[in-house]
Amino acid sequence: MDVARLEAILSRYEGESYDLIPILQDIQDEYNFLPKDELKEVAKRLSVPLSRIYSIATFYKMFSLMPKGEHQIKVCLGTTCHLKGGQRLLDSISSRLGIEVGYTSKDGKFSLETVGCLGSCAQAPVMMVDDKYYARVTVDKVPKILKQYQ
Amino acid sequence: MPRFESVDHLNQYRRQLKAKFDPNQLQVLVCAGPGCLPLGSNALAEAFRAALAERGLNGKVVLKSSGCQGLCAKGVRVLIRPQEISYQKVAPEDVPEIVETTLIKGGIVDRLLYQDPVSGEKCVHKSEIPFYQRQQPIVLRKLDVIDPESLDDYLLLGGYRSLRKAFFEMTPLQVIEALERSGLRGRGGAGFPTGRKWRICREAPEKVKFLICNGDEGDPGAFMDRAVMEGDPHAIIEGMIVGAYAIGASQGYIYVRHEYPLAVKRLKLAIEQAREAGFLGKNILRSGVNFDIKISQGSGAFVCGEETALIASIEGFIGEPSPRPPYPAQAGLFGLPTVINNVETWANVPEIINMGPDWYAAIGTENSKGTKVFSLVGAVNHTGLVEVPMGTTLRQIIFDLGGGIPGGKEFKAVQTGGPSGGCIPQHFLDLPVDYDSLQEVGSIMGSGGMIVMDQTSCMVDVARYFINFLFEESCGKCTPCREGLRQLVHIYNEIINGRGEESHLALMEDLCTAMRSASICGLGQSAVNPVLSTLKYFREEYEAHIFRKKCPALVCRPLIKYTIDPDICTGCLACVRECPVGAISGIRKEAQEIDQELCIKCGLCYEVCQFEAVRRE
Repeated sequence: MDVARLEAILSRYEGESYDLIPILQDIQDEYNFLPKDELKEVAKRLSVPLSRIYSIATFYKMFSLMPKGEHQIKVCLGTTCHLKGGQRLLDSISSRLGIEVGYTSKDGKFSLETVGCLGSCAQAPVMMVDDKYYARVTVDKVPKILKQYQ
Repeated sequence: MPRFESVDHLNQYRRQLKAKFDPNQLQVLVCAGPGCLPLGSNALAEAFRAALAERGLNGKVVLKSSGCQGLCAKGVRVLIRPQEISYQKVAPEDVPEIVETTLIKGGIVDRLLYQDPVSGEKCVHKSEIPFYQRQQPIVLRKLDVIDPESLDDYLLLGGYRSLRKAFFEMTPLQVIEALERSGLRGRGGAGFPTGRKWRICREAPEKVKFLICNGDEGDPGAFMDRAVMEGDPHAIIEGMIVGAYAIGASQGYIYVRHEYPLAVKRLKLAIEQAREAGFLGKNILRSGVNFDIKISQGSGAFVCGEETALIASIEGFIGEPSPRPPYPAQAGLFGLPTVINNVETWANVPEIINMGPDWYAAIGTENSKGTKVFSLVGAVNHTGLVEVPMGTTLRQIIFDLGGGIPGGKEFKAVQTGGPSGGCIPQHFLDLPVDYDSLQEVGSIMGSGGMIVMDQTSCMVDVARYFINFLFEESCGKCTPCREGLRQLVHIYNEIINGRGEESHLALMEDLCTAMRSASICGLGQSAVNPVLSTLKYFREEYEAHIFRKKCPALVCRPLIKYTIDPDICTGCLACVRECPVGAISGIRKEAQEIDQELCIKCGLCYEVCQFEAVRRE
């Protein structure tokens, strides 16, 4: 475990138990997942049981106990995207990358996730790769989008 | 930006800003709202920046990225002020022409104007476009004219003016009375009277109290809170400061979804600016009021939009709701009295104080005052954000503002209130929309999502979609919600897979009754709305699925069949390349065929075919 890397995160907080979720968010952002040793250290420092950390890590969607890919693909399955073919879009990406939702491609490039709503409903179906939005994504646009990241 | 020590100091600064402001200043406002951003607002703004520099217009034209300009369907939108010329569907290629024709020569680029779909008439100015004409913006008022990252822009339009009136002309109780008289009800969904909530919290005996802004906008199809957080963050902060004074709180929280990274960034910046200017911190404007705000980010759980779950999340636990009472206003965050209001509610507060409660109460219907922001999406021509007085009818919103249904299709239903809302059929189009009327027809206001559906939507599929969504998002704490949703998902899957039985319909109604009366929180109690409303208004569609094993809208995969019309198919092989299971075969340049045994009915072939050779029946 890289102590300094974790210390840099912990030093931003007072170390109270209500800091737990923001700390986990920072670890997730920094490491791309929640590594076990780091979680044990957080439990010790905040004096919370590891089981509570586990419950949080498995309850909230943004946390992952497995390393995520280099790029996060989020396909919106909000109501409007659902009506405008979000599922077909998801199927197309899933079959192109050869992974199911919730998994990371073998080369570690992409993780595929769905999201309840990205709030860009007027441009449905919508997807995001990392922080970039893609509007009105019909399945024929998929190869071009993925190519930019390969 | 100075640190304002008093109201006089603030007023003096505002006067300076006004004196410096030239009303004839040419401004280009590029929309960077939730609708336009994914269409490339940033690239467009860059193109303007480069073109202005190239033509030596840097000092003469002010370029800004604004918040949502409303009519998202026609993005990226650009507003040229002071003429209020509204351009739509603007791409970087159009920039040189706009600069030359409009900014330099004062003319109009005709092809970028809004054109009325019926009369064919073009509208130059924003005020002439029917979409805007029928709106009455209060919350959205500043979104298209300010740079959300500029506190000066906000101050110039009277920002933080309500603090003077609230702090120095009103007692905290008078502020609460004003809110009560205004009739403002919570914009997050349940519609609890805001003033009453504040009073309960103020009257609680504990000394330490909290305020929370609920920005966990999780309802699919709703993006008004995102637009306000990104487009006018100071309005929320100003509303919260007034609230803090009224109830006697010194710490506030804004809870935002992490799926809204720009909203988080803008709110953080606005809070820093407000601290620097002395609107947050100790002894604000020498009023004796101490108040500060922290941002708390959601981690991706729909249930955290429920107030007790949200509080648990801020406290560092999983987002499980608790039974009420006690209400958060009595015992909320860390067990202390807490007022929790939604983004749109807070953003209404400054204007109610500035203009007075009677002004606000004169807008709307008897029991629902003021305006409501709706996100109008789905099968409607003018998708976007609209703000109309309560009591505006569905027909006015969908047809007059929304421009009706695209592609000559027919209106089928409108779904309001997010996953816990209901589907409202055509014969209620003249329903005046307010909290009570929506409830009477089996739906809810919710946060204001309005999803329009035409005949290509299957109502069984829509209801199944919501139930599936809620099943995945249910926290699992109480049995009626957790197991009820599990059973509903199972029944929907049976129906959609052609195994539906008549008894399923009665069973679904029974399950709904139990869930409504026995679930702990709103998620389970209102999860029944999409089921009951579709069963009531679209029963014939359920019957078609169950008895005839047909999906009339051709949506439910197991009940439809894809074939290729050999007379139309050109053999381009686009569908062959897309088919994930290799079910399509044939010779190149000749008609292809789908193997029905292999076909998983995903519809990808149907979507990629440029010649409409793929048939769906």
